[in-house]
Amino acid sequence: MAHSGINVLFEGTNFTRLLLGMWTTFKIAAIAIVIGLIIGIILGILRTFHNKLLRFVLRIYLEFFRIVPTVVLLFLFYYILPRQLNLHMPGTQVAMLVFALWVAAEMSDIVRGALISVPIHQRESGLAIGLTRYQLYRYVLVPQAVSLELPATINLITRVIKTTSLLMLISVMDVVNIGQQIVEANNQKYPTGVFWIYGLIFLLYFLIDYPLSWWAGRLEKKRLEQANGE
Amino acid sequence: MSWEIIKQSLPMFQQGFVLTLYLSLVGIIGSAIVGIICSLVQYFKVPILDKILQVYIEISKNTPLLVQLFFLYYAFPAMGIKLSAQLCGIIGLIFLGGSYMAAGFSGGFNGVSKKQVESGKAIGLSNWQLARYVVFPQGFALSIPALAANIIFLIKETSIFTVIAIPELTNTALDLIGLYYNSNEYLFVLVVAYAIILIPLSIILTLLERRVRYGTFGN
Repeated sequence: MAHSGINVLFEGTNFTRLLLGMWTTFKIAAIAIVIGLIIGIILGILRTFHNKLLRFVLRIYLEFFRIVPTVVLLFLFYYILPRQLNLHMPGTQVAMLVFALWVAAEMSDIVRGALISVPIHQRESGLAIGLTRYQLYRYVLVPQAVSLELPATINLITRVIKTTSLLMLISVMDVVNIGQQIVEANNQKYPTGVFWIYGLIFLLYFLIDYPLSWWAGRLEKKRLEQANGE
Repeated sequence: MSWEIIKQSLPMFQQGFVLTLYLSLVGIIGSAIVGIICSLVQYFKVPILDKILQVYIEISKNTPLLVQLFFLYYAFPAMGIKLSAQLCGIIGLIFLGGSYMAAGFSGGFNGVSKKQVESGKAIGLSNWQLARYVVFPQGFALSIPALAANIIFLIKETSIFTVIAIPELTNTALDLIGLYYNSNEYLFVLVVAYAIILIPLSIILTLLERRVRYGTFGN
């Protein structure tokens, strides 16, 4: 520890490279989350309809993404898309696609759960005053479901951000991949540098996820207090 | 898709399968123990210890398993602590799973009715007796849905062990793809292998949840 390994962080452009890697990670997560949430909300609403076939197909879709680990999903799309469908996509796009589909699957279940837990009299009152199905969802069910589902959605977002650490497996230049390169390049000069590099990556992930999960926890607590207060 | 290739790879997948099951089992049991300790400490608000465990929980649940594993496997040796890959995997999984299990148990314990706890106190139970005879049995039943979700989550997380070259299922598949390039066949076996573990388990856990819910409402 005499030549403190922490200096490896400030050698050359190492620090900015790590931050840029984190930015790549963050960008992929953000795009996948936005697309996934939109698709997920639509699928979640569809899953509350009474069409049996539609519900079955969407259920299979959800279960597939639930059962198969994300690492495996990434490899499936990374290897199968170019080979079988002749669709060549860079790793970043494959990652966005996989994460978006995964978020959509999980989100559809969150939305469905929230929609069916809106009290039945709300739906019936809406129908009784002659709302169309669109109006019923737009003005009665969805607004009430949002407050129910918000904590679960935020938790899903923190999970997606954590899962982006797997991007290096399909050779995306994310923060972990860059960290690994820096470690390999500086191993001779800074034997303990590895501790600081991975320590920084650890901290970066924590700094993004902690505020989000804190927010989710607070919302959840507030909701429980309100529910108990009634 | 060639069945011949699949057939030849099965013995290797079998080894990976057993290892995945073994690591998951150890990880789940370890996480459950850590989770029970953390949630009981927090439930009874044991001074100082509950703050320390809260810090652990926040760190554990807000960082990715992959980074935790890298830290254990690559950064610890630089500090003079060398652990085998499998041990790193198990420690990492328990470190991560502990906080998830703690959240699951806490949810259950907090769901135990205040009347129950106060009645327990009123008849003079010690904290230990309160935990052992009142809070734990009822809270455990309430936390089963969350625990079931955690069990499935932890089994899936073992796929990340591939990054530190533990020859579990995912690593086996990737190794084979690297050697023979038959990605379709090996990925197919891989998905089927996870399905064999997770589909029956998820059905059993759902049935268990139903059974417990039935018990809770005392029908």
